[in-house]
Amino acid sequence: MLDFLVRRVAISIVTLFVISLIVFAGVRMIPGDPARVMGGTDADAAGLAEIRQKYGLDDPIPVQYLRWIGLAVRGDLGESIRTRESVMWTVARKLPITMELALLSLLVALALAIPAGVFSAVRRNTVWDLLANAVSLCGLSVPSFWLGIMLILLLSVRLHWLPASGFVPLWENPLGNLQRMLMPAFVLGAGLAAVLMRQTRNSMIDILSADYIRTAWSKGLASRAVIFRHAFRNGLIPVVTILGLQTGALMGGAVVTEQIFVVPGFGRLIVEAVFTRDYPLVQGVVLITASAYVLVNLLVDLSYSVLNPRIRIGGAAGGG
Amino acid sequence: MRRTPRVSWLVLGLAALLVAPTPALAQKKTLVVALNQDPDLLDPTLSRTYVGRIIFSQMCEKLYEIDENLRIAPQLAAAMPVISDGGKTVTIKLRGGVKFNDGTAMNAEAVKFSLDRHREMKGSNRRSELEPVTAVEVVDPVTVRLRLKAAFSPLVATLADRSGMPVSPAAVNKLGDKFATAPVCVGPWSFVERVPQDRIVLEKSTHYFDPGQARFDRLVFRIIPDDNVRLANLRSGDIDFMHQVAPTDSVNIKKEGRFEVSSVTGIAYTGITINLRNKTGKTQPAGDLGTPLANDPRVREALDLSLDREAINQVAWDGQYTPGCTPISPVSPFYDKARKCPARDVAKAKQLLAAAGLASGYAFELTIVNDPQGRRFGEVVQGMAREAGFNISLRPSEFASALTDDDNGKLQAFVIGWSGRVDPDGNMHQFHTCGGSLNTTHVCDEVVDSLLNKAREVSDQAERAKLYREAIDKINARRNIIYLYHANYIVAYPKNLKGYKAVPDGLIRIKGVSWN
Repeated sequence: MLDFLVRRVAISIVTLFVISLIVFAGVRMIPGDPARVMGGTDADAAGLAEIRQKYGLDDPIPVQYLRWIGLAVRGDLGESIRTRESVMWTVARKLPITMELALLSLLVALALAIPAGVFSAVRRNTVWDLLANAVSLCGLSVPSFWLGIMLILLLSVRLHWLPASGFVPLWENPLGNLQRMLMPAFVLGAGLAAVLMRQTRNSMIDILSADYIRTAWSKGLASRAVIFRHAFRNGLIPVVTILGLQTGALMGGAVVTEQIFVVPGFGRLIVEAVFTRDYPLVQGVVLITASAYVLVNLLVDLSYSVLNPRIRIGGAAGGG
Repeated sequence: MRRTPRVSWLVLGLAALLVAPTPALAQKKTLVVALNQDPDLLDPTLSRTYVGRIIFSQMCEKLYEIDENLRIAPQLAAAMPVISDGGKTVTIKLRGGVKFNDGTAMNAEAVKFSLDRHREMKGSNRRSELEPVTAVEVVDPVTVRLRLKAAFSPLVATLADRSGMPVSPAAVNKLGDKFATAPVCVGPWSFVERVPQDRIVLEKSTHYFDPGQARFDRLVFRIIPDDNVRLANLRSGDIDFMHQVAPTDSVNIKKEGRFEVSSVTGIAYTGITINLRNKTGKTQPAGDLGTPLANDPRVREALDLSLDREAINQVAWDGQYTPGCTPISPVSPFYDKARKCPARDVAKAKQLLAAAGLASGYAFELTIVNDPQGRRFGEVVQGMAREAGFNISLRPSEFASALTDDDNGKLQAFVIGWSGRVDPDGNMHQFHTCGGSLNTTHVCDEVVDSLLNKAREVSDQAERAKLYREAIDKINARRNIIYLYHANYIVAYPKNLKGYKAVPDGLIRIKGVSWN
């Protein structure tokens, strides 16, 4: 287990290093002079030169990278050009918002997908199965932007049930927070729920036709015991894999959802930072997102062994 | 079986709690304004965004202010400036007894401190605006004197914007270049907090000299970039005031009858900027581009004549903007009312193309900003010009990239606007003089330079207007910019909000606004 952990952490560090290179180079490949964006349309040549000097933009790219990564490993991701606030502080304020949104979306997705997937598998090829599949197809096909606007028009503009947008911190006003997060969480969770539902269904169908499940049936166990005690736990393993992979997609999806519902999270932060060529902020945000993604996948790998003891890390090839 | 109803009730109860209509959040005390962009630094010296100026309008007053007719009047100054020494000395008397929002005195020392900061601070975006000023002197506690290199008539208009905003020296000394994190000026409201990409909160100042003008305890500026979402928030009552209503939406909102829609022709303009001689960059020597569009004025005239400004306004903007053919908006006192914009004349446009040896048509690339409005406008221009024989290929580009390409001489033609300045100088000088800081088309004409420089020196408005008229005649003949329209500033708010006055600079001023 320790050997596995060390190997996985080492791979993660190498991955993060490569990501840092890609992020750094990628930001600089965005066309448009950052000094021009920062200085505004009417900045003069002297003003532009001053901006370039202040942010080290006229240094060679490798020098700029080494300076940035050197500070980054010490936890200093620099200062936002636009707001003069430290990138770490900005991220520290935005990350919990998006994490809350992602977590709520995950709960929404799981609450919708797992029962529907299991039900669909158990009632395979019935009207209910078809219906569940049709709904999940809708969840996959409907663009989140459209769904978001429709929900706002229905629940906020017409019915006045929920605020149309905005955010209040959970610790300041828990009810207000939930009221504002409900629609974004549903929109963000809908797409994920569709994916998870189909995965749960397929996985459960496979498991339900396995020999040991047949044995359980033949022993006369109750349906609930067979499905939930024997099939469900193993059926969840591929679902957890998808969940891990989709967490990254959730962060990506948050970019759009946060724009629609005006949630001041990570997604809006990065869009704004790219458009304003706020180099330190873009680099910092992407690096932290990538780190979170790498970490989640590491945790998913580790959770395999918890969910299914037959998977032996390192000695998995030996099986058994 | 017994547990199911209990769970159901729990879920239902929770749902009812969540969807219970939110009580009117002290609506009478707080006004929520939605902006389409997040401002940059809230420091008058460093700020450069238009939306930032909207925030300043509530918390950072200026030496001079403009009214609905673009007339300049004293705000923190006590009177209009006294100009002497052939225009090289400008003496400004200040209002007495004015305090910054931290309670410190706004006096001549503070104004000198602020103007010097604008002129000298590293990274200042006001430096070029105040470039003609060589020194600021304190005459007495309520009088400052500005020494100028040469007479510069646009200075008063400059002092009616961020360059004329005094900042609290005490706050600057405390915060240094982080002043933007807790700005302190003179204003009806003072800064409370900012959550980037979310909101900026101001509260009623306890030090403002005319407290009756601030009718709301709090102002909350929410940042909602998407037009549809901003509109949905207005309709749901989550915001009270919507900035930048799209022309199409304004027609629908008016029909609803619940909201007041205020539209004012702005001082901004939009046109097609045509690169004439910028081959390798605006700071590099001019070069021959070798294209008929750049080299033959007949081709540019043909393009101009192929366009119908009124039809563009109707098709692209639902008739909500104001067609124009000069850099000066019709709302300006300098506007030449006698000027007629060229009418569309496809036959003449074809003749001109034929005379230029392009009877079979001419193709060129037009760069547009890649947003729905930019694409819509570009397609209308493309369609109209096609009838005269132009085959325009549209090149959508992200704004910042397009600006850089424009600077570097990589564009043939570019649809771009300018937010406009109260004084016409700010709309013309830097675009049309040899070596002007925004002269990306690399035009250079000594006669135009002379007219625009002279207009800076004379102070008589009629004489200045005449100089601008002559300069515009020459600019419109060479057509390095084909001016097409002036966007209207459209805002919407509930009908029971009273007292809002739209000013052509488009800035929202909440001072004096109240619930009915």
